[in-house]
Amino acid sequence: MLNNFPLWPEQASTLAGHVDALYIFLLIVTGMMTLLIFACLIFFAARFRHRPGVPAEQIEGSTALEITWSTIPFLVFMVIFAWGASVYFKERTPPTDSTEVYVVAKQWMWKLEHAEGQREINELHVPVGRDVKLIMTSQDVIHSFFVPAFRIKQDVLPGRYTVEWFRATKPGVYHLFCAEYCGTQHSGMVGDIVVQEPAQYEAWMNGGSTGPLSASGEKIFAELGCSTCHRTDAQGRGPNLQGVFGKPVQLEDGRTVTADENYLRECILDPGAKRLKGFQPIMPTFQGLVSEEQVNALVAYIKSISPAKPGEAVKASAAATQPNGSQVQ
Amino acid sequence: MPDSSAAVPVDVHGEAHNPALLHHFAEPQQQRDSASLGMWVFLATEVMFFGGLFCAYLVYRRWYFGDFAAASKSIDATLGATNTAVLICSSLTVVLAVWAAQTARRTLLITMLAITMLLGLAFLGIKGIEYKDKFEEHHVPGASFSFDNVPIPGHPGQFANPRHAQMFFSLYFVMTGLHALHMIIGLGIFLWLLIMAWKGRFTPEWHTPVEIGGLYWHFVDIVWIYLFPLLYLIDRHP
Amino acid sequence: MSMPGAIPQPPIPQAAERENYLNTKYGVWSWLLTTDHKRIALLYLLSITFFFFIGGFFALLIRLELLTPAGDLVQADTYNKIFTMHGMVMVFFFLIPSIPAVLGNFLVPLMIGAKDLAFPRINLLSWYLYIIGGVMMLHCMLTGGVDTGWTFYAPFSTAFTNTKIVEAGLAIFVAGFSSILTGLNFVVTIHRMRAPGLTWSRLPLFIWAHYATSIIQLLGTPVIAVTIVLVAAERALHLGIFDPKLGGDPLLFQHLFWFYSHPAVYIMILPSMGVVTEIIACFSRKRIFGYSFVAFSSIAIAVFGFLVWAHHMFVAGISVYAALVFSFLSYAVAVPSAIKVFNWTATLYKGSIHYDAPMLYAFGFLGLFTIGGLTGLFLAALGINVHVTDTYFVVAHFHYIMVGGALMGYLGGMHFWWPKISGRLYPEGWARLAALIVFIGFNLTFFPQFILGYMGMPRRYYDYSHMPEFQVLNVLSTAGATVLGIGYLLPMLYFLWSMRYGKPAPDNPWNAAGLEWKTASPPPTFNFDEDPLVTWEAYNYEELDSPDKDAPHKQEVPVAR
Repeated sequence: MLNNFPLWPEQASTLAGHVDALYIFLLIVTGMMTLLIFACLIFFAARFRHRPGVPAEQIEGSTALEITWSTIPFLVFMVIFAWGASVYFKERTPPTDSTEVYVVAKQWMWKLEHAEGQREINELHVPVGRDVKLIMTSQDVIHSFFVPAFRIKQDVLPGRYTVEWFRATKPGVYHLFCAEYCGTQHSGMVGDIVVQEPAQYEAWMNGGSTGPLSASGEKIFAELGCSTCHRTDAQGRGPNLQGVFGKPVQLEDGRTVTADENYLRECILDPGAKRLKGFQPIMPTFQGLVSEEQVNALVAYIKSISPAKPGEAVKASAAATQPNGSQVQ
Repeated sequence: MPDSSAAVPVDVHGEAHNPALLHHFAEPQQQRDSASLGMWVFLATEVMFFGGLFCAYLVYRRWYFGDFAAASKSIDATLGATNTAVLICSSLTVVLAVWAAQTARRTLLITMLAITMLLGLAFLGIKGIEYKDKFEEHHVPGASFSFDNVPIPGHPGQFANPRHAQMFFSLYFVMTGLHALHMIIGLGIFLWLLIMAWKGRFTPEWHTPVEIGGLYWHFVDIVWIYLFPLLYLIDRHP
Repeated sequence: MSMPGAIPQPPIPQAAERENYLNTKYGVWSWLLTTDHKRIALLYLLSITFFFFIGGFFALLIRLELLTPAGDLVQADTYNKIFTMHGMVMVFFFLIPSIPAVLGNFLVPLMIGAKDLAFPRINLLSWYLYIIGGVMMLHCMLTGGVDTGWTFYAPFSTAFTNTKIVEAGLAIFVAGFSSILTGLNFVVTIHRMRAPGLTWSRLPLFIWAHYATSIIQLLGTPVIAVTIVLVAAERALHLGIFDPKLGGDPLLFQHLFWFYSHPAVYIMILPSMGVVTEIIACFSRKRIFGYSFVAFSSIAIAVFGFLVWAHHMFVAGISVYAALVFSFLSYAVAVPSAIKVFNWTATLYKGSIHYDAPMLYAFGFLGLFTIGGLTGLFLAALGINVHVTDTYFVVAHFHYIMVGGALMGYLGGMHFWWPKISGRLYPEGWARLAALIVFIGFNLTFFPQFILGYMGMPRRYYDYSHMPEFQVLNVLSTAGATVLGIGYLLPMLYFLWSMRYGKPAPDNPWNAAGLEWKTASPPPTFNFDEDPLVTWEAYNYEELDSPDKDAPHKQEVPVAR
């Protein structure tokens, strides 16, 4: 019967079960509280119905009761808060070594690019059982990448990257919705997440790849002349980018920030903002000269020339960070 | 002001009372206290209004400090300081005006109100000069904004990012513009006070409009006391 | 034995015989230039009812469109304008003013024994500002409208839409001033104009609720005012404060917007809680259980309400740590509301309960506010919020509180004080029927939306043809909306009917506690023939029902049929 009148979508990710467990707990707790209150209301309304000659009893209150029914709900709320927070930590902490997919949202479509190079529009193929991390930005207004079956959602903002991740557990095709109102065709900005068995996914991947994203990034790096200054020896006018991704770097103004995706993106589009200590402010800006997809490719390339460091890289890219590298409050 | 619907100033108990006492108040002290509390509450709302702007300012100043410092250097701190002195003097004249009303000194009251207004006009005039300068230097945000090759103070060789500098000027114009609007409203209020004082309407028993008008003026002054260092004195060194 | 300070009840004369605030002067100008808080309350009543039906009309269109998965009733842009205007009209021109501007304006001076509010002319100004804002909004709607959603997020609203944002923003700005001035009036009045002997702890809880509401109106509304100014400036002058391309931050808009708009929901619910408190006390014939706890809960809600705004932004891109803080605080703010629900329920214990229409609405409020409030617990849980935010789950949650809570309280209050306001009794039978229809219609409309939301149906979608499985629940919801609409029409009709044909009301048809019941129905222009002197506690039902007088709560009142 639950199939005909479902109360929740399919569970198709590792997170879904955790979210639903908390949901069911909340249903039970709030259901019980509702029943308790409704029972009291109905019982009192009937039992203490006005009877001629039976006056009401004036009761001032009871501090003991007040404290009891403040404290117990508060404790219950704290349990819910803690449980919700723990599910949330899982949801916002992509595992290290997640496969990365770059997402560019625009009115009114989703453009996705796998690290291996495949491009998709409004569709995302992923294999079962693999951690996938979405690195997302918008070309115009705020959108939101929502996959009910995975129980994930993250707003996609212009001007910076935001991140979400999932691991699909069941092959199938699942709804992708834009969940932040974005204009005329907001309702049309829907798509499919196609979860395949690994073998099928390999087959799909091999048909029509344009090469990994980092390779096109390397090409762009050369075409735009980046390597003129960003040499791999100590002679370059710009910092050597080998191994820089994910490391803490010291800026001219004394601050130390982590060289994560948002930092790299900012350096390309707004070079003076966070200049590295010891280098002259001579890098030109590429704002308007590169598209979002090209920035994604360049970032992927720079990441590819840094060895993946467990822990550091994850911390850098896990949370959605502001261009200045610090956490948004 | 006497309520226009009360033809004869007699309350329900048949006793005569001060014509300035509004009918729904029991006694003049209650009316005075209400007016005063009302103005303080209104000023609290104004604090929240400007507060939103200050929040936006603080966020962007933290992110783009160097650019803000460069932009701040380009506005004239001497004119700003002069305006600060002008407003502080005007608050003094306001205090004197209130005292004059309390002690039935009609001539002094009128004089102080007039000088306050003149100082307010001087403030607006100097503001106008500043805005004109900014317009001529293409520092007004919009299509013709330009802020190229302006060095960041204390960081030789580094130039301000024009987009971030434009953010400073956006906030500068909105904040000082809204402040100036409040100043203009204040001038209107004081013009009305001046006319009433001229007609001899204020007495030691009743001069509430002078007091609460004065409160408003002090508030506008205090907003400027915050605006001046935040906008004009970022990272300035002697 | 009569109560100290009580004014003997005169025999019921014809309403037309006595001079009261309604018949003291006739003519349009005596209304449009009135400074009488009671007349201003009626001016507001007419205006907000008008806007309620406009907002309701838009709601009807939304539900009609959603009957079928395809977007076939209106075009996408039109639908986007419809839900935007539904939200803006209902929030700014109905819910925010409703109880304070109608019931608050009418009752606050009466309840504290004053002749009027502290600033009657500012009161009239506040109505005119409301009207000006309303006319501007109407004009905006008629000449193209706005399609940003009532939340008008940047950068869509600042740089990507061609609709009339600035005009709508200015309309809301002006109406916001109306709200600020009402709050200012109430705060000063409650502080300075209480009758002798009326200490804070003797105040009706309706007054405490309006005091807390006024604090929020005063401190919160200016922030959205300045947000609107910034959006308007950005659109008109291309400033870039919220535009990432110019170094701005769209999230700053959200913080500024929600800093007001979250406390705004407490502006909508606190007065309703005040109404419900008065009704429950009267129709249980006993003092409210835990008076001080209920009073301080109102203040606590007002204070904490300012600390939780970013729970609307958990997936917006704020940091994990910020999310933790706001989630925790959101649970904290739930506690005072829970305290109130328990206190209301406990008030029924050993009461002597009557089921007149106001009490039915109060019961409805208790049930629906409980459900709506409990679903807030779901939303405050970070792990759940990620899944259900921006879906119909949120839509259901806030409609349970705003419609199931605030509107039920408003209707209950209108019924309870109708005899005082109009001097007439409404037809009790029809009123009970309407309450029942509203309750049923409401649940049918909005309960399915919780399920729709958890299933994943996003908000603000006019076409769900990719998910036809959502249709059944949408059809149920639309059916409920039709029933609900009928439930709302009925009171309009019979209140109007009662103005002409209703039985004249005695001064205190409910034998209720409160100073407003000690004067005539309708009251004279200056409220009391003699200045009251209060020597009793609030909710002195023991004295009112003492054996020396007839115990039944409705003495001398033939129930109109």
